[in-house]
Amino acid sequence: MYTQALNQKDSGPPAGAPEDAERLARFEARVAADDKIEPNDWMPAAYRRTLTRQISQHAHSEIVGMLPEGNWITRAPSLRRKAALLAKVQDEGGHGLYLYAAAETLGTSREQLVDQLLSGKAKYSSIFNYPTLTWADIGAIGWLVDGAAIMNQIPLCRTSFGPYARAMVRICKEESFHQRQGYEIMLTLCRGTPAQKAMAQDALNRWWWPALMMFGPPDAESAHTDQSMRWRIKRFTNDELRQQFVDATVPQGHYLGLTFPDPKLRFDEASGHWQFGEIDWEEFRQVLAGNGPCNRERIEARRAAHADGVWVREAALAHAAKRRARKAAAQQLAAE
Amino acid sequence: MPEAHMPVWEVFIRARAGLAHRHAGSVHAPDAEMALQAARDTYTRRGEGLSIWVVPSAAITASDPVDKGSLFEPTADKIYRHPTFYEVPDEVGHM
Amino acid sequence: MTSITVAETPLLRAVLARADDALVHAHRLSEWVGHAPMLEEDLALGNVALDLLGQARSLYTHAAAIEGLERSEDDLAYLRDAPQFRNLLLLEQPNGDFANTIVRLFLHAAFMLPWWKAAMSSTDATLAAIAAKAEKEAAYHVRHAGEWLIRLGDGTEESHRRSTEALDRLWRFTGEMFAIDAEEEPLIEAGVIPHPAIIRPAWDATVAHVLAEATLARPRDGWMQLGGRRGTHTEALGHLLAVMQHLQRAYPGASW
Repeated sequence: MYTQALNQKDSGPPAGAPEDAERLARFEARVAADDKIEPNDWMPAAYRRTLTRQISQHAHSEIVGMLPEGNWITRAPSLRRKAALLAKVQDEGGHGLYLYAAAETLGTSREQLVDQLLSGKAKYSSIFNYPTLTWADIGAIGWLVDGAAIMNQIPLCRTSFGPYARAMVRICKEESFHQRQGYEIMLTLCRGTPAQKAMAQDALNRWWWPALMMFGPPDAESAHTDQSMRWRIKRFTNDELRQQFVDATVPQGHYLGLTFPDPKLRFDEASGHWQFGEIDWEEFRQVLAGNGPCNRERIEARRAAHADGVWVREAALAHAAKRRARKAAAQQLAAE
Repeated sequence: MPEAHMPVWEVFIRARAGLAHRHAGSVHAPDAEMALQAARDTYTRRGEGLSIWVVPSAAITASDPVDKGSLFEPTADKIYRHPTFYEVPDEVGHM
Repeated sequence: MTSITVAETPLLRAVLARADDALVHAHRLSEWVGHAPMLEEDLALGNVALDLLGQARSLYTHAAAIEGLERSEDDLAYLRDAPQFRNLLLLEQPNGDFANTIVRLFLHAAFMLPWWKAAMSSTDATLAAIAAKAEKEAAYHVRHAGEWLIRLGDGTEESHRRSTEALDRLWRFTGEMFAIDAEEEPLIEAGVIPHPAIIRPAWDATVAHVLAEATLARPRDGWMQLGGRRGTHTEALGHLLAVMQHLQRAYPGASW
């Protein structure tokens, strides 16, 4: 998902080893009872580290996620679509902001988190390393990518860390229009000219498999699932969420009259689920490792925005310091 | 090398007339005026607010969770502060 | 569908001019979203762009109603060629750096706030209604851009230099806001749109106030570049429209 790199190994010390066993037991009991953990509460170092990583990856994904869709704001084919897309991309910035704020309560500043993204140390969702080549990609992203994100985010509204859970509640509420606007774009294209319908089919062909990869590697290979489930940082496994997504999405695609790019896709009467073919995990690994079609462009765009903004942020801080100095001088004068 | 920190501000929003300001989240801004604008642009995009407070995060003093017992548990047995502690016969009606 | 040409009456042209202003400026500001100097500013510029886009849509819808040919807001936005666009040259200028964008927004919003205020009593009821909403939006745009300009002007040496350069670069386009066409005079007399001369004192005062706080000098009023209102644009507009209109032009008649 937006935090799929979490499935990699945690390089810190093992959870709980040097820590007070009694406090750890109390913490685990609180989490097991679905009590919320707040920033000031005691927490195991590994919980803090894992959460900081998960929330900041989620934030980075929102921020990098502004780029592929932002790519089409100036080219949106109607003013109505333009307004919706602009509002959606802006929402993603807002969601990144809420999430950075939640991560900051764990003791890492936004500046440090952004630094980790720009230096390549922190990861973001693999999905945003794919290009948006036609207008239909904006529809496919809303429908599939936001659809997949919602599957993941709704359970996170009940996650154990209070600030994360509260950010997710706000995000889920605001995102409710995102998937619908994407599906509406697809529907309009599918009901349009043959060229438009072909555009929609091409977008589905290119986004379907990357969307399935968003849920991360299969449970058997996922390094962190057990602990994250116990800590209520994660509430369903990768495979559970992926299956939920496929079951929900396939009928929507058929309604559009589109064909999924998977010859093995079939409905299994016995289980009541849609069965799908093998995901190309090598492609997933390559994209995460930096070899996706747009990894370089995405990071370069973020680095450029950051570097071009340095003088602006410096100016704003310098002005604030001048004001404080003037105020102090005026107070001094008044006191004399 | 991370750059200088932009101050963090806590944002409180009054959603409707008559309600108290409620914590909505936080923003980064160089000063109070820009924090107010950032709060408006971030947290009232869907008409959620009538009034905004911004407070430097550093200005907030929070109670320590370790003190939870001493601060909040002593009130737990003071049931006489609650209306249901007192018996009023049904015939008297709602009070 | 190939390009359309609007048979402009003075009223239609006046409404289209303000619609084009709003759309072209929204387009420029929207280019910042995802690339702004601070995350908070991605949101702020996005909000301004959305306000302007909303104004453009209302104004195009009004223009289409005046024209009476059952054209849509999209026909007017997407199917006119550059010489048919009536926007101010100032607003089509490329974003440049953040100082350039803020100066452009400030100079125009400081004009539009009193303009919309005056237009609230327009004899054209639709325009008056649009003005009532836009006036509030413009007030925030002035505030946001003005506060930024103060910080940039009175910030660091670099930010002061960049703000000065932006003012110098854009000042030659400010005269166009106050120019009037002979065609517009009857509209002004009929109370449909305000006379720019009555806007001038408020604009001068806002500019003087903010520049003073920003420790920036007001550039000298030299030769002013005109032409946007007549469709003679700078080179920037053709590129902007090529990007904005390309899907509508590539797939004639398709709906999106």
